[in-house]
Amino acid sequence: MTATLAPHREPGSPAPASSRRLADRVFRIREFGIVAVLVVFVAVTASIQSRFLSSTNIQFILVDATIFALLALGETIVVISRNVDLSVGSVLGLSAFLTARLASNTHGLPLPLVFLAGIGIGLLCGIVNGLMVTIGRVPSLVVTLATLYIIRGADVLIVGGGQVVPSSYYPSFLTISKATVAGIPDLAIVVAVVIAGGAYWLRTYRSGRELYAIGSNPDAARLAGIPMGRRVFTAFALSGAIAGVAGVLWASRYGTVDSTAGTSYELQVVAAVVVGGVAIFGGSGSVVGAAIGALLLQTINSALYVLGVSPNWDQAIAGFLLILAIVLDRLISLRLTASLRRRSARRGA
Amino acid sequence: MEHDVDAATGNAAMTPEHVPGDGAGRTGGGNGRGGGWGRLRPAMRWETGLVVVVIAIAIMGSSLSPQFLTANNFFNLGLNNGEIAIMALPMALIIISGEIDLSVESTLGMSSAVLGVLWADHWPMLAIFVVVAVVGALAGAINGLLVTRVGLPSLAVTIGTLALYRGIALILLGPRTVANFPTIYTNVGIVAIPHTDLPYSIGIFIVLAVIFAIVLHATPFGRSIYAMGDNAEAAMFAGLRVKRIKTTLFIVSGVASALAGVLFTFRLNTAVQDNGTGLSLDVVAIVLLAGVSIFGGKGSIGGVFLAVLAFAGLQNALLLTNFNQEATGLVTGGLLLVSVFVPNAAMFVRSIRRAVTRMTRRMPSEPALSMPRKDT
Repeated sequence: MTATLAPHREPGSPAPASSRRLADRVFRIREFGIVAVLVVFVAVTASIQSRFLSSTNIQFILVDATIFALLALGETIVVISRNVDLSVGSVLGLSAFLTARLASNTHGLPLPLVFLAGIGIGLLCGIVNGLMVTIGRVPSLVVTLATLYIIRGADVLIVGGGQVVPSSYYPSFLTISKATVAGIPDLAIVVAVVIAGGAYWLRTYRSGRELYAIGSNPDAARLAGIPMGRRVFTAFALSGAIAGVAGVLWASRYGTVDSTAGTSYELQVVAAVVVGGVAIFGGSGSVVGAAIGALLLQTINSALYVLGVSPNWDQAIAGFLLILAIVLDRLISLRLTASLRRRSARRGA
Repeated sequence: MEHDVDAATGNAAMTPEHVPGDGAGRTGGGNGRGGGWGRLRPAMRWETGLVVVVIAIAIMGSSLSPQFLTANNFFNLGLNNGEIAIMALPMALIIISGEIDLSVESTLGMSSAVLGVLWADHWPMLAIFVVVAVVGALAGAINGLLVTRVGLPSLAVTIGTLALYRGIALILLGPRTVANFPTIYTNVGIVAIPHTDLPYSIGIFIVLAVIFAIVLHATPFGRSIYAMGDNAEAAMFAGLRVKRIKTTLFIVSGVASALAGVLFTFRLNTAVQDNGTGLSLDVVAIVLLAGVSIFGGKGSIGGVFLAVLAFAGLQNALLLTNFNQEATGLVTGGLLLVSVFVPNAAMFVRSIRRAVTRMTRRMPSEPALSMPRKDT
């Protein structure tokens, strides 16, 4: 992490154990910071407008945040490896339309198959991205910028002026996003489990840790013998597949799907990831942080609505928060570098 | 990847097909970029390719529709791409310097909103122009300062300001539409420059392109942009004011986007909050198509000019063939991919050739392939 964010060279490398403990603490503080902002925000909003904490409203926020957090999970995996996937909004749109049409044309199709179709569509897009980045050696920013256009263009050609309307689905498709257990949407529970799984993989498994290594210092990772191409490819494939699933959920949540579904969603996802403390240049951050970042942005949107603030303010506030988040992230990392340097200087003396 | 490239450059100085001096006097970090001819030669080759592409598009367009090569169509073609072209010039400089500015479309939208709001408030037009220019400069300065002084990645910063500036446009205008601009200004969207078939926005683009070309290719300022794109740290140690120059570039980009915003608003005779949405990607696509490296340090204004022609020609040809308007992104994206894959493929082929040469050198038993060399 320090290697990524600090422009200055470390004079001496501190012992790994102490640096990890320090980094751990900062991680914890970082996620704690987002949670604190979230809590304060909810408390203030609820004290002004108690309707905010009504169970219906909470359910709405959770379901929306769930789709958002799922995308943030995929994006985090990619961003940690010092890449970026800007095509998620387009992948979501394509998957949303195709699976919605599937669900409305072929009643009686078991739901898992609809999800499989969504995963397949997303995976295909992710694989194309991954191949171009790893084998084609084109920067991911350029590749996914291009596929953002191309997939959306393909979507428009397929959809034309048409749309799928809620009444055409079989009922069980629409209830995916509405079923609840003890007031909590099923969807939120499932996605929370998925995110926990993702977090566990990134923290614990070798392939997960290697993504951090790649993002932190690609040259060092290569010299250490990490199969960079394979790992980065996997990250893109996962991000695509996740966006595909998110497309199915999107169709279920909003019902009406046309060719504009998910347009410019990618920037919101990147914003959530960055607000969640994931460094845009890779090597640092956690899936849980990104998910909380998504929840925070969604909550803010909802709170503004409940408080009667014009929705015109949403975007400016989101942009401001994003900038604030990266500025804070930068300040924290500078402080961390300084304290590491002091520590190693003390040790040297 | 940097490693392969470095190794390749090291080898290039020794292989006979390379001109001595190309890459020899430089200290790493380069793949034919930086330094005099080493920079210009690949750029020239890229531009030759672009000329071919432009001619191909012209032939394709005229065979698809008899209207393609008419003066009237050229006017429309220019009109639809004037703002993008204007924003592509500073974008090229920014990308050459190793940064990126994704917020241009929102700066355009924000300027359009300011123009609309102030006009609705009955401000005199000249005062509005001044305010809009200042707004554009401020927008650029915020980007530039966050990137250079706070040290944030420009990608993240300008994604943030992309949302922020669009958000400000939204706050200023809301769902309102301002449309009653005076005809003398809205004529930019209808009338050509006297005695030509060029719309005013393209006229402005051409003048700006000349200025940008001179600044980039014939002044120390321009050379320093290449230097910092090649290696920002080395440029800093060489005494270049990297931060100041980059901030300047972002400010120029902001002002150019504000100008584009004014032209956009007058051309459509409407100021709405979503003016220009999605244009940033078009601008970046043009600049990359122009042969500007996304890693910085490489590219030329001539390339940008040709890329604008190619881009506009292609969009226009699609328009004439009744291709679904919304789906033109398919072609833009494809163009973008091609423009980054072609140089990579060339590099790939070159590295294979080099590997073959190296292998044959190790096998002196095959006299037909081994070359007489003094340095091995």
